[in-house]
Parts: sequence; C-alpha cells; structure tokens
Amino acid sequence: MFIINCPFCGEREQSEFKAGGEAHIERPKQPTELSDDEWAEYLFMRKNIKGIQFERWNHIHGCRKWFNMVRDTSNDEIKAIYKMGEKPPVK
Amino acid sequence: MSKNLRVKTSKFVDETYRVSFKFNGSRYYGYKGDTLASALLANDIHLVGRSFKYHRPRGIMTSGSEEPNAIVQLHNNSDRTEPNVRATEIEIYEGLEASSQNCWPSVNFDIGGINNLLSPLLPAGFYYKTFMWPASFWEKYEYFIRKSAGLGKSPTTPDPDVYEHEYIHCDVLIVGAGISGIMAAKTAAKNGLKTLLVDEKPNLGGSTIYQNSEHFKINNQNSGSWLEKEINEIKKIDNLDIRIRTSVAAFHGYNFLLARENLTDHLPIEQRKNKTRQKLLKIRAKKVITATGSLERPLIFDNNDRPGILLSSAIKRYADLFGVACGEKNIFLTNNDSAYETAISLIQKGIKVEAIVDNREEIESKLLYEIEKNNVKVFKGFTIVNTNGYKKINKVSLMKLSKDGQKVIGSKINLSCDCLGVSGGWTPAVHLFTQSGGKLKFREEDQVFIPKKYSSEQISIGACNGDLILEDIIKNTPKYLKEFLNIKKTDYDNVEVFSSENKSKRNIWLLPSDKILGKTKSFVDYQNDATAKDIKLALREGFRSIEHVKRYTTTGMGTDQGKLGNMHALGIISETAGTKMGEHGTTTFRPPYTPLTFGTIVGRNVGEYFDIFRKTPMHEWHLKNKAEFENVGQWKRAWYYPKNNENMFEAVQRESKAARESAGILDASTLGKIDIQGTDASEFLNRVYTNAWSKLAVGKCRYGLMLNEDGMVYDDGVTTRLGENHYIMTTTTGGAANVLGKLEDYLQTEWPELDVYLTSVTDHFATISVCGPNSKKIISNVIPDLDLSDENFPHMSFKNTKIGKINCRVMRISFTGEHSYEINVQANYANSVWEKCMEIGKDFNITPYGTETMHLLRAEKGFIIVGQDTDATMTPIDLQMDWIVSKKKYDFIGKRSLYRSDTIKDDRKQLVGLLTDNPNEILEEGAQIVADVNKSPIEMLGHVTSSYYSPNLKKSIALGVVRGGKNMMGKKLIIPMENKTINVTVADPVFLDKENKRLNA
Amino acid sequence: MKNRYSIFSLIKNAFSYHENWEKAWKDPTPKKEYDAVIVGGGGHGLATAYYLAKKHNMKNIAVVEKGWIGGGNTGRNTTIIRSNYLWDASAGLYNHALKIWEGLSQELNYNVMFSQRGVMNLAHNLQDVRDLKRRTHANRLNGIDAEYLNTEEVKKFCPIINTSPDIRYPVLGGTLQRRAGTARHDAVAWGYARGADEMGVDIIQNCEVKAIKRNGDKVEGLETTKGFIKTNKIGVVAAGHSSVIANMAGLKLPLESKPLQALVSEPVKPIIDTVVMSNAVHAYVSQSDKGELVIGAGTDDYISYSQKGSHDIVEGTLNAILELYPIFSRMRMLRQWGGIVDICPDASPIISKTSIKGLYFNCGWGTGGFKATPGSGDLFAHTIANDEPHELNAAFNINRFVSGDLVDEHGAAAVAH
Repeated sequence: MFIINCPFCGEREQSEFKAGGEAHIERPKQPTELSDDEWAEYLFMRKNIKGIQFERWNHIHGCRKWFNMVRDTSNDEIKAIYKMGEKPPVK
Repeated sequence: MSKNLRVKTSKFVDETYRVSFKFNGSRYYGYKGDTLASALLANDIHLVGRSFKYHRPRGIMTSGSEEPNAIVQLHNNSDRTEPNVRATEIEIYEGLEASSQNCWPSVNFDIGGINNLLSPLLPAGFYYKTFMWPASFWEKYEYFIRKSAGLGKSPTTPDPDVYEHEYIHCDVLIVGAGISGIMAAKTAAKNGLKTLLVDEKPNLGGSTIYQNSEHFKINNQNSGSWLEKEINEIKKIDNLDIRIRTSVAAFHGYNFLLARENLTDHLPIEQRKNKTRQKLLKIRAKKVITATGSLERPLIFDNNDRPGILLSSAIKRYADLFGVACGEKNIFLTNNDSAYETAISLIQKGIKVEAIVDNREEIESKLLYEIEKNNVKVFKGFTIVNTNGYKKINKVSLMKLSKDGQKVIGSKINLSCDCLGVSGGWTPAVHLFTQSGGKLKFREEDQVFIPKKYSSEQISIGACNGDLILEDIIKNTPKYLKEFLNIKKTDYDNVEVFSSENKSKRNIWLLPSDKILGKTKSFVDYQNDATAKDIKLALREGFRSIEHVKRYTTTGMGTDQGKLGNMHALGIISETAGTKMGEHGTTTFRPPYTPLTFGTIVGRNVGEYFDIFRKTPMHEWHLKNKAEFENVGQWKRAWYYPKNNENMFEAVQRESKAARESAGILDASTLGKIDIQGTDASEFLNRVYTNAWSKLAVGKCRYGLMLNEDGMVYDDGVTTRLGENHYIMTTTTGGAANVLGKLEDYLQTEWPELDVYLTSVTDHFATISVCGPNSKKIISNVIPDLDLSDENFPHMSFKNTKIGKINCRVMRISFTGEHSYEINVQANYANSVWEKCMEIGKDFNITPYGTETMHLLRAEKGFIIVGQDTDATMTPIDLQMDWIVSKKKYDFIGKRSLYRSDTIKDDRKQLVGLLTDNPNEILEEGAQIVADVNKSPIEMLGHVTSSYYSPNLKKSIALGVVRGGKNMMGKKLIIPMENKTINVTVADPVFLDKENKRLNA
Repeated sequence: MKNRYSIFSLIKNAFSYHENWEKAWKDPTPKKEYDAVIVGGGGHGLATAYYLAKKHNMKNIAVVEKGWIGGGNTGRNTTIIRSNYLWDASAGLYNHALKIWEGLSQELNYNVMFSQRGVMNLAHNLQDVRDLKRRTHANRLNGIDAEYLNTEEVKKFCPIINTSPDIRYPVLGGTLQRRAGTARHDAVAWGYARGADEMGVDIIQNCEVKAIKRNGDKVEGLETTKGFIKTNKIGVVAAGHSSVIANMAGLKLPLESKPLQALVSEPVKPIIDTVVMSNAVHAYVSQSDKGELVIGAGTDDYISYSQKGSHDIVEGTLNAILELYPIFSRMRMLRQWGGIVDICPDASPIISKTSIKGLYFNCGWGTGGFKATPGSGDLFAHTIANDEPHELNAAFNINRFVSGDLVDEHGAAAVAH
C-alpha cells in the first residue's frame, strides 16, 4: 500500500485516498457541439497506460481535495504529485 | 514405553517444568521450551504424518517453519482445533493434544498407503489424462478425490479466541534476530533510531546462540556466548522494541510489512482466557533490514523421505538447543561442511555418529580432521542411492560418484542407522526480499540466488544476503549497516572472528542412482509427493517455465510453499533443459511467508465490529416502539412498527392507511444533506441538476434529478434555497457520500472558477416528516409561532423557526402526496422534537411509519426511488420525467448523453404503472414482463420494480419498466411466474390523486 | 488423435516409467507469415486458436505469448463458472460458454475438471432481494437454470453459512444455479493448447509483441521479440494488457486495468461443497479439489500493471468471509496473489472488430472472464474468420460506447464475478 504525499496534508496511508483515473481529460466546454464519437471519446476511452501515467487522486478520508499524481503503473512507484490546475512536472 | 533420547540438559528448556501432552491419544512428557517436534523426538517418535498423495509415512524433517512433513491437527473436536500445525513450530503446553492427519485409521496403519503401490499410475498430472469416461462421471470420481485430498480438518465451530491489529511506525525494522539481526538492532538502536526487531522463534539468537564449539569464535569466546552477551545488552535499550514469536508474513511496497505476533499459542489453554491470541502487526518502516538467514537444503535421492531422515542443521538444533538426540546411530549425507559441525556437536554429547557420506572427493576442512580424529568413517566422493525402513529408516546404501557426478560406480555399501542427516548446502531466505519487488542474481560458486537490486529503503544482511559463513557475516555486516544507516562506526568494526568452516561444496541437484529414474522415488516436494521424475515428465511433455512445472507437478504448492524443494526443482529443470539457472525464472514467492490465520488478518473486525452502524437520533425510540429495521447502506432504518403480533403486511397496511386518513410520522434523518454556499451556488446547481435553479426564490424548495455523465439517473432529492447564496440539498440515503464526492470532483477539477463550498451535514441535522390531512393541526401545536397558512407557507417552501429555544428549518414538501412537513433540527434535539410530535399527535392517531410504508405511499403517487425503479440504465426520459429536463439550459451533467443514437430511441424501457387484472394479486418485485408467452424464446419487455397492495385504493399497484411502455397505456401484458401467469394492464404510474389535491388538503 | 489420454494410456505408459509421453505442445519458432495471429496465450486466446483451426479450418495460425501460456488471469482466477446473467445478451454469451464447458473435457481429451457443484449468490438487503429475484425470473425465461432460495434454503444448501438474523448484514435469501461450478484453470489453457497444437497451430511462448504494423487502416503484421510476423488478421486477447497493444495500433479502448487479488487457505478435508458469492459484503468462496479454500477479493480502484493489490482489499474480503463463515477463523491463508483485470465501464466484455481492418479485440472481461473461456474463444474465432460477429457477440461490439447501447451488468445487478 502506497504512502501518498497529499499536497495539502502531507504523507498519509493509501487507505485515506481514492483514485480517480486518468488526469487531464478536460470536460468538453460545448458538449452539444460534439459528435457521438467525440463524446464517447471523452466519456469512456482511456489511455490506460502501462508505465508513466498522469492520474487523479482524492484525499477522500482527509481534506477531500483532488490532486494529480505521476505514477509508474508497471511498478506503482509514485514519481510526482501536484495540485489541480498546476502544470504537470515534465516526464 | 518408548526410549528417552533426551541426552543432555539444555539451558533453553526448563527441565524443572515437566509438561504432559497427548499425541495420537497417548500421553507423553516433555519440558517447557520444547516444541512438539523436540518432545516427540525425545520420546523416540519420528513418524508423525502421511504424505498428501501416496500416503507415505513421514517424520520430522526440520526444526522450523520450513517443515513439510510433520504437520498435525491440534485439539481435534474442540472449538480450538486447528489443522496443519507444524510440530516443529508449536511449543508444547500442559494439555496439548495433537494427532496425525491424512491417515485412516491411524498413522501406523493407513489404508491410503495403497496409493504408494499404485504410484506408477499416478505420475504428475495423471488427473488431467483420465477420469474422463464416462463423461458424466467426473463429479463421482471427484467426490473420492476430494475426500482423499485435503490435510487436516477445518474447525466446525466459531473461534473462541480474539485477535487484534497493531500499527507500528518505526525508523528501522529488522526481520530476524540471528547474529546479523542482533548486530543490526544494536547498531540502529544505539544510533537513536526507533527500532523494531522481530523473530519467529521464541528465543533470540538464531542458530548462533546454541553454537558452543572451539571452531567458531568471536573475540576469543565461542560464538554462542558472545552473542548471548550482545542479546543481554540490547534488551536494555529503550528505543528497541523486540517481538519474539513474530513472523513477518508479507513485505509490500513502500516498506509496508505485515507480521503475526503469536501471544498465547504456547500457553496452557486455561491461561488464554481474556488474552489476545495473535496480533497482526501492520508495520510502516522507514528502513527495513532483512536478516532472515538461510534454509538448509535437503538432497534428492531415492527414498529420501523416510522418517528418521532430517536436515543436518535440524539434528544439530535438536541436540544443542533441546538436548535431544534424533537417533542413536547417526549417518550424514552432505556436500559441504555443515554436516561436520552437526557431527561434532553430536560427538561432544556422546551421541554416536556412524559415518559421513560426502559428495565431495577432496575436502580441505579442519572439521574433517576433527571428525576423523573421532574415528568416524568419512566416505569421500560417495552418495546414498537408497534407504530402507518403512516407518523409520534402518539402512542406507552408498555408492561412489563418478568424476562428473552424473553416475554412481562401483559396488554398493550398506550401512545400518536409525537417523540420517542430510545437508545440501544453504539457500538464502530471499522470500521477503522478492515479495518486496527485489530482483535476484544467481551466484555460480555455491549455486544460490541472492539479492541483486533493492526496490525500496531496504537491505538484506547476513545469510539471506549470501554471507553463509560466520566469518563473512562478521566482516560484512558492519560495512553494510554503516552505509545503509549512514553512520560512521559500529561496535563491530574490529571484532575478531575465527571460523573453521570451509566454503567448498559439490552441488548436484539430483543425485545419481544405480536405478533408472523411473524406478526411483526421489522427493523434491515432500508434502505434495512431487518427485524428480515428475519434474522430468513435465519437461518431457513440453512444460518449460518453472511456473508450468510447478503447477503441473504441484511442486512448491504445499503448506511449506516449497521452502525446501523449489531450488532443486529449478536445478533439475535447468540441468535437464541444459540452460542456466535463473533462465526459466525463479518462482514467485507469494505472501505470506508462513501461513497466516484468517482471524489475525481480520483482527477485531468481526461480529458487531464488522461494519459500523449508523443510527438516527430517534433510534432508541424506534427500538422501544418495537420497530423492525432495514439496512440501507450502513444505516439502520425503521422498516415498520408491528403492533400486537402483526406481520409486516398488516403493519404496513395500517401505517399507510393512518398516514392518508389522519397523520403519519417518519424518521427521514438518513437522507443525505449537503450544505451548499457561495456566490455561484445557483449556477452550480444548474450544472448538476437537469432542471433550472437560477429563478428559484429564497425560501423555496425544488425537486432535482441528477444524472451521471452517461445520461443515466444517478440521484434525486429536494433542494431548498435558504438564502441568496445558500442552499441545502438532500440526497438519497445510500447515495449521500457518492453524491458529495461527485460534486466535489466537478467543483475542484472541472469548475474551479465557481465560488461554491460543499459541506456534508447529514449527521448534524435530523429530519422528522409529519404527513397526512391532520399534519397541519399537529405542526401548528408543535410550532405555535409558525404561520401555516397556504399564503405564508405554501407547498414547496421553507421556514426558519423555533420550537421553544430550538432552531429548526421546516420544509413543506411531500414524498407521500399528503399535506406534509419536514422538520430539520440539530441532531441532539431531534428525539425531543419527535416525542413532542408524538405527544401532540396522539389525539390525531399519529402513526409512526417506516421505510416500507414510505415506499408504498410514494408508489401510490408514482414517485420513483432511485436504485429501485432505476438501475443505471434509465434516463429521465425513460422515467417519463421529461418535464424535469430543461431544454433551455446549455449544459448539465449527462445532457449530451441523452442525445446519443441509443438514448434517443423510442422503444427504450420506460417507467409505467401496472395494474393486475385481479386487484388482490400482488406482483413480485423483480418479476419479468412479457407480451407473448407462446413465443420461444420469450421476449422480455421489462420488469416489475415496485409492487404493493394499496389499502387506500384497495387494490394492488405496481411500477415497472417496459420496452416502449410510454405508448402502451391500457395494453394487456403478462407476468410469467414459475407456475402461473398473471395478467396486467399498463396504467398511469400516478395511481392516487393525480390532481395533487391532497397536498393542500 | 496421437497420444490420446485415458486410463489405458496411463497404464501403458506406466510400463515404460512414463518416459514415452509426447509433448503436449511443441515449441516452434515463428514462421514468416500466418493467416492469423492471436496475441495472448491465455485460455481465451488458446481457445480462439483452437476454434479457428477446428471450426473455420484456419490452420496456418499462431498464438504469441509474452510469458508462458496460461500465466495471466487464466492461472490466477478463482475458477467460478456460471451463466446466470441478467441481460439477454450476457445470458446468451455465458450460457453458450456453459454449454461448451459441459462437454469440454471429452472434446479436448483433457480433464478440465468442470465440476457442477452449483453457485449460490446471496442477498443481504432488500434491494439485493429484488435484484436477485429479477435475475432469477430473467434467467428462467432465458432458459438458464435458476432458483431463488429463502434463508432456510440457503442454509440447507450450504450449512456452514452463518444465517443468523443477528449478524450485521443478515442473509435474506439467495439464488442458486446448479449447473454452475468450477473447473481447473491451468487445465483449460493446457487442454486448448494441446488441442490447437495438434491441429497445427503454432504456440509461441516468450514472444512479446513490440509493435503492430499498419498500412493505412489495415494491419500487415507484428513486430515481436522473435522477429517480424506477417499477417493480415490479428486477434488481441491480452486481458490486462489490451490497452498496451491497442496503443501500439493507435487505438484507445474504454478500459481500465486494475489489480484483482485472490487467496487460498491451507488444504483441509471437504468443508464446503459449492461456490458461494456475496456481492454485498464482498466474499466469494469455494473449495478446490486439493482442499484449499479459494477466496476471491475485490479490485483496487487505481490502474496498475504490477500484479499487486493493496492489503486492505484482502483484509476486507476476509472480514466478510468470517462474517459469513465464523468457523474459518482459525484457518490460515497459504498464498495470496494479484492479477491485472481490464474493466469496461459497463462491466461487460468487448468481442469486436475495430476501426482498423484485420484487427480484432477480445477484452474487458474484468473480474469474470474465466467462465466465458470456451464461448469467448468460439465467438471470437467466428468474428475473426468471418470478419463479422456471431449473433451471440454482436451486442459486445466497441461501438456500443458511442451509441450508448451498453450491456450494463454492473449497474443492473452489480454481480462482479
């Protein structure tokens, strides 16, 4: 189980957190303008990367804040953590 | 009376404290400090169990957790019975009762032993090749296979013991308290680090502590005495926590380790009362030092499994630590120096050593000299080709090894014996290291896998790191510690060490025999009866990966997890395939290292602590009034309140009638409540609900429907505008936490520009709902100051008010269709308000009703329950709730999905009312709805989602979803039950008061 | 069939000390070109190859496997087989598989030990009861054997379950599918491999796909660690690694790969003779022929290819096991492991063509793929051979995520395994 360094609270057990899947998938600003295909792309299609992945986590049993994480999904090593809205650290 | 083989007093067992125990029904004695194995051996008992497949007699083979054979059932037929307990681990206590497993009628005469004769028909994987005829017979064969498989017996009554969890955070965890572990513990602790030292054994010091020989010296003392002083010293250090009888089970990522601390298994049963049996230690260590030592390897030769054949190191441990001789005529088979150490130890104690059979041709060891001085015959370059003795070894046959070690040559020599010690060298215990993700490398010189690259803040030291002799441990350990702990010096930087041991070894994975392999039984996995020929058969049949071989032959799949035999399996595979060790992979050592009791893993989270109970402030009142409860999520909700032996149906009919005829009262406190504040609160609600919110006046309430982004109904509830920038949202009981989570997600990640703050207030407010034609009268007495006129307080509005000194929010909203008020009050005042309502309502027959009546009343009005009438495939359009979906709003969560090619279809399943032709027939919720029962297959149009007998309408009513149901009004459909069909008519889902007259009645 | 397995061949071979058994499958080096290549040597992939050769006469085909056959989820699951799914499409798919299971040992001449010991699903709250009844009715009308049991009947069928009304989430009822059961997972992979090999299929282990070669919207071959293989039909059955292969072809799939864990106890004499699943408290248990309790845990919520999950999941599962079976408290966990499961948003699989010609995917089986192995292989083979889905897998196309016509087993009855 990971130790996650919440950018607001510091290091905490993984059990306090909830994973939120791939990061930086922005909700379309004008959904009605999208084709069914484009909407499905936003809704369901995922990179599901093996390796360095940018993803969202929520400190659900803590400060309830969402933040981003860079993690190697092949060995679960956490590479970086940054706040929502911040630029991802370069890979 | 059996022989007494206790040959020497030992300081590790208390000979003043005699312990009686039973084995297979007979009474024996041992001493406090004995394991069951040492006590049995002292009584000259070797035969302990039978093997899994061939039911061969098996004895004690090791002295630790790697034991494959000597596993027993403890306390048969009692609530503390336990299968598969290793005799080598369990410490004896007064009253211990153990019995052999997997044998019938007894371990001495086991019918299953016939399998040994049938063994030519039972090679690896035989079951994949047979039991296929006749086709329907597998389950009959299987019945017998299952009966004969398994080892011990599961308990059949609940466990009387208690287990606990302990969380430990430390700077350094040291696993293993052998010599290197002790050195590490002292070094870490003396440098001010919060240190935890654990060892699976009841005493510290590993195998060095009983080392008492001229041949192994540290600072000129024999190594055991030197270590004892070190141990005495570390026991005094405050910041060092030492846990004995504690086995690390798993080494997970981020230095998270699980260990089992055994607290009572060594105590007489009557002393265990009110004590925790085992603790699961959940350890987070900044640094981990693995010092788990090494396991001695057996050797693979024909009939290498007889009782009386032990690892050489086990014989030494039994003699040195427990003062027990495993035999009176000992022979050793070895390929390295270790057996000589054991032999010397035995000779010192006056135990006879007949001979040493050494695979090595040339031996340059001081130990050899010592042995030969004692007139023990050493057969150099020899090996054992066979053993004899059914229930205990009585003879070995030796032959000379060819130069390349591939064959045996010359003539056979037979020697009689009653105990054979084997030593195939040592395997570093890298299990935990690999569990943590560490990679191994293979060291050719002595054919061992050792750690290569560390995956986290950890190192391995001592034997588990490949330092297999004392000299290397003493020399290398301080070096590793200084680097790892980042310190300048240790107490051990200038320790002098003298060791007579020589590293030379002649490793032959499968020793040659004079017979062809097919005629031998050379066991690699003792417990599962996997032999060398099984491994070769697997290779012959095309299985190449070690994992394939393991699975096909079941090597390494026993309760010992292949601690002894896995290396040999790998060796035989690479020898046979002509490849390098490691090329076929090493098997994955899966956690736990030693089996872990379910109870320990679970700790206190059983029974009443399995999951929390959420109770409303009126819970005690409900209890007092004999409510039956329903689990809704973690909440306990009053389900119905039976009176005078009513059944549920009768109670619900009474409650429902009362609510419509006079007054009903419901505890609605479990509904989720989210306080929403901020200048953009209205805009936020616009985005999360399907309907529009900007124009909702302060003091007004509105029903909202929330979708998932996929357009499917997610949650619903009434939201009230408390102020310009302040709303309170209610959610379903089960959905509360998820809704809050989802709203936070959008707010923080998609719409951070919105000025909105969300706070869960579910537990802070309780909700009392009073409904019915007399509700107004009741509330006017409960809250006399409040003007309840329709002008001042119309339906779908809210008032801030007081009941006495208690602040409360009253909403005039209705889930029943009746004139109705919901009083929201701070939770700790709620019960008094509830009781006040009851008291005042007495004159109006105010009737408490539970969730079942609530469901019935709302169904009469055609109101949906999310999760019951919807199932994550229903859009608001499907629910015929088009009215709530704003056409004007540019966007809201899920809007786009409502216009996909499938969601715009006309013939989706749609919510309708259903009336049975027979008004007394109540449909079953979940029953399927069809149009034609004569078609095959029958096409299912939908199902019944809610169904009740309405006492107010005096007929059964139901809601259901039906394909194209929107356009089926009045159409006849059929509900096909198992033994009948029920005719129904599609109806308007609003069964009662379509004009909503009752709301203002 | 050469090398036919039976008690007679076993006796015959005993006389030669089992030294004359032939290889169950060969170990070929890849040819330059195949008519089709299956990526992934798990049960589904091997079954696909088997049926391509057997029913569609495509014999010049290969299965490429990164590691060893059956080493992924085939060898890591809890071997539950059942077909009592809610929706018509799922019921059709899984029941097709179940029918093949019933004759599979004989068909493959390999004992896969399919044992119809029944699968029971428990209800712990009123909505569970409604959902299970709904499913029972739907199953019955779909020709799938299904019974709804009340609490007493649950207890009678599996006496060791704690059906006391006083437990935190009492058992309110359950469903039983008697034709359901378990099988020996390894044997399924090995049996299909042996069968496929015999018909000429090349099973190539330790062969990892590195790239997919495309020419416009058509596939042309695979770059592997054993060289380039030319082919114009590629069937990907890579389970947890499906997205990795899809990304090579420039495709995205609606999948997330997550850790799923399972564990076994030490072996004991028979104590539970059926399979019991409880979704509400997350406990799935059966007993293997060897005597081990086989216990399935849930998935973690994060994406991972590490084949490790978090301890909390295992602990939670055992909490539930002891809630329902307090007698197992003194039993011991012997082994615990993790797999990588690829999960679709609607918890139903994809057996489908893609936008790239000649590239087919069979994935998204989530936590429940083992039971479908024979049916999945059969239908995927049909899809590859005809470039058109069979009617039984038509609903499981990728396009459903665009149209919205999902097969929402997850939302409907939340039955995971």
